[in-house]
Amino acid sequence: MDTTIALFLAQDGVINGAIYALLGLSLVLVFTVTRVIFVPQGEFVAYGALTLAALERGETPGTAWLALALGAVACLQTLALVPAARKGWALVRLLAFDLGLPAAVAALAELTAPLHLGQAARVGLTLAIIAPLGPFLYRIVFRPLARASVLVLLIASVGVHLGLVGLGLVFFGAEGSRSTPLSAANLTLGPLTVTGQSLWILGVTGLLMGALGLFFGRTLTGKALRATAVNRLGARLVGIPAERAGWLAFGMAATIGAVSGILSAPVTTTFYDTGFITGLKGFVAAIIADLVSYPGVAVAAIAVGLVESFASFWASSFKEVIVFTTIIPVLLWRSVRSPHAEDEE
Amino acid sequence: MTRFCPRALAAGLALAVLTLPLIPATPEYWITVLNDIGLAAPVVIGLMVLTGVGGITSFGQAAFCGFGAYTTALLTTAHGISPWATLPVVIVLTAAAAVAIGLMTVRLSGHYLPLGTMAWAISLYYLFGTLEMLGQHDGISGIPPLSVAGHPLYDGRSVFYVIWGFVALATIATENLLDSRVGRAIRALKGGAVAARAFGVNTERAKLAVFVYAAVLAGISGWLYAHVQRAVTPTPFGLNAGIEYLLMAVIGGAGQVWGAILGAGLVPILKDWLQIVLPKLFHRTGDYDTIVFGTILVLLLQFSRDGLWVQVRRLLPAPGRTATVADGPALPRRTLPPRGRPLLDVASLQKVFGGLVAVRDVSFTVAAGEIVGLIGPNGAGKSTTFNLITGVLRRSSGTVRLLGEPIEGKDSRLIAELGVARSFQHVKLLPEMSVLDNVALGAHLRGGAGMVRAMLRAERAEERALKAEAARQLRRCGLGDCLHQPAGTLALGQSRVVEIARALCLDPLLLLLDEPAAGLRHGEKRVLAELLDQLRAEGTTILLVEHDMDFVMGLVDRLVVMDFGSKIAEGGPAAIRKDPTVLEAYLGGIE
Repeated sequence: MDTTIALFLAQDGVINGAIYALLGLSLVLVFTVTRVIFVPQGEFVAYGALTLAALERGETPGTAWLALALGAVACLQTLALVPAARKGWALVRLLAFDLGLPAAVAALAELTAPLHLGQAARVGLTLAIIAPLGPFLYRIVFRPLARASVLVLLIASVGVHLGLVGLGLVFFGAEGSRSTPLSAANLTLGPLTVTGQSLWILGVTGLLMGALGLFFGRTLTGKALRATAVNRLGARLVGIPAERAGWLAFGMAATIGAVSGILSAPVTTTFYDTGFITGLKGFVAAIIADLVSYPGVAVAAIAVGLVESFASFWASSFKEVIVFTTIIPVLLWRSVRSPHAEDEE
Repeated sequence: MTRFCPRALAAGLALAVLTLPLIPATPEYWITVLNDIGLAAPVVIGLMVLTGVGGITSFGQAAFCGFGAYTTALLTTAHGISPWATLPVVIVLTAAAAVAIGLMTVRLSGHYLPLGTMAWAISLYYLFGTLEMLGQHDGISGIPPLSVAGHPLYDGRSVFYVIWGFVALATIATENLLDSRVGRAIRALKGGAVAARAFGVNTERAKLAVFVYAAVLAGISGWLYAHVQRAVTPTPFGLNAGIEYLLMAVIGGAGQVWGAILGAGLVPILKDWLQIVLPKLFHRTGDYDTIVFGTILVLLLQFSRDGLWVQVRRLLPAPGRTATVADGPALPRRTLPPRGRPLLDVASLQKVFGGLVAVRDVSFTVAAGEIVGLIGPNGAGKSTTFNLITGVLRRSSGTVRLLGEPIEGKDSRLIAELGVARSFQHVKLLPEMSVLDNVALGAHLRGGAGMVRAMLRAERAEERALKAEAARQLRRCGLGDCLHQPAGTLALGQSRVVEIARALCLDPLLLLLDEPAAGLRHGEKRVLAELLDQLRAEGTTILLVEHDMDFVMGLVDRLVVMDFGSKIAEGGPAAIRKDPTVLEAYLGGIE
């Protein structure tokens, strides 16, 4: 291996690592606020990439209709369970968010998709379709289980994963897609060629991390989310609604997932089931950082990306084996360092 | 409604299913589905023991199926070994692999454990698909079928009985296993590990044992699968298959053998049906069944977390409880040290939690045959002292000696072996297990039968003796009427007495009771005092924490008083009553 190859591999690893960092970040966010180990995070990535690709082809993506359907289920569920939501402004808000918003987005997609609008419009539309999926899923699946153990929540999130992968096949078919890069520019730095898309990925990842840092450190909502993460009951006692924190976290996770999908769509071919393995790599990073530290996740994710990229050079067919086996010593180390109470549910 | 006998119904159903392959009119498709169910059932039964009973959630069982399947595929095709001869090899190799993987996995705590199973499941799957020896993604084909008495079992009808024979064996072995000494230890893993260790259960070994048990059942299923399909590829052994097995266990009802079979039956049938119906609905082909399964899984967790078997069982009449426990031979007792000999010697014991000194430089001794009361206001450090003596907590400094032997820093399991039994301030019983079984866990160290003997029912004499001992101790404590009741149905005061009975089952030298009289009524307290008095007369040494002063003063030989982590007084009940330091601690200073 010479320096050029090493540099190329390193670049590749860092770019992939950035995507894993975004995934790991969302996983940490969701876990700390709701205790859900959100296995289907990767599906948001695949949905984001494939939705963008579908819009590019001039088709209305099935995800738009999924958002509408989930909104309807969430709406009915809330109407059935929360009597206060049945009248006055609460009802108007509920209908507007659960039915009005996804219906408007779906209609917009249906109308504008054949027009082949610019890329910025397509990216905006993709985000508007995918982001509400997070809060809807939280309300439908996880809110009724809010008091269950981490294990029950984990099995439920595996259920959501199965459902979303199956739906992904219905919406997008078995063929993979790639979308056009956000930037066609190429930059030459000595022996290294850096694509514009790579710079987009690094830039957006850095920006999102900075924004999250500011959000959690400086804003009241961010601090409320952190408080919920530390102690649910305590946060509720001081007037932070845990439920709002939950759907906010899921909304952010879905948005970040969609962004990762949009960023990676031109770089790698995305299939309906690609999200799972990508998401699991984000997991590896999140677990290395013990599911709590944001900067830790970023560093760990870059490390995972590098391991993967160099492993694919030296032992390409064992790439996945190597990546997933690295997690086991980390898990062991984590178990020794932060032992859980033995009798927890 | 007419009464019906569930046993007759089950037997009838089983007989009907067993005759199906003999009837030529039975569609081939039915046989295939039944065989698929029979292949999945042992995996799900193993997973049920692992997850439902032992509390270890595994997404990786399919990988162990793959291990068994590839092992026999390789041995029979490349080395020409006959299929039946590879079965013991499969069992041994799967067990060895499970020990290696399990040693890492069972050490993982909380949610790290299921995530860990996902990690090695994916690694193994990719390994199956990568290794040249295993045919990479094409797998291995041309595997010979099983043969019985020289007849190769090529078609589904003939192999049906072999498959269901294995299901029957797995069911019997598992039911036997769960209803045994080892079974109680396994059941205690989920939510009762601290108490189990305090009665000498090696919880790490028990975890590893269930892990290996579940893996071997999966390996055997994989071995069968390879010879039924006569070809193996990596796909059926991937993470998705592992998730599906877990789904079967959750649907059927984790924790019940019959639930596991129900789950193993429902999922393939439902899946086949959905694969026919859904593509027509969507006008496209694809695996839409996963959407439905995902939804079912979520709905089950939301509405019937204990699975469907619980609902089925509700329709059946309650099984008749055996009102009596068969009398067993008395278990050998340990020889108690002569009265008055120093038994427990605590010297300069200290425990620091962060900046808080919970126990500060505490020293006292307890002589054999004494009842010593450890009293003090709330937060004085009494329960912490108990936890330090019994090894539930590690001491920061100081020594604890039992009959002159240092025991500080030893694991609670080893301290239990030396004859120290205890009850807990916050009752640690397994609510779903019967009172008798909970108490029999206390006698764990007085038996020695392991897993294999339990599966073969070769330990019945010992088991009878353990159960009889548990019943004896329960009767002695006045709970002879609630032997078969689930422990969770008892009142708090009664649960505390159950804990005492469990501690007595250890045949202790030294009995540590943490607030035994809390929650008892006046009459019950008197009975308890009489029991403790009688135990003292028999030579058992007792150290107890208690807040009820009337109860304590009338019973104990000596008192040790603690306040804010330190010992403030020691002496006979009369002297302690007048001790000014003690009065100040309890009633506040007069300045």
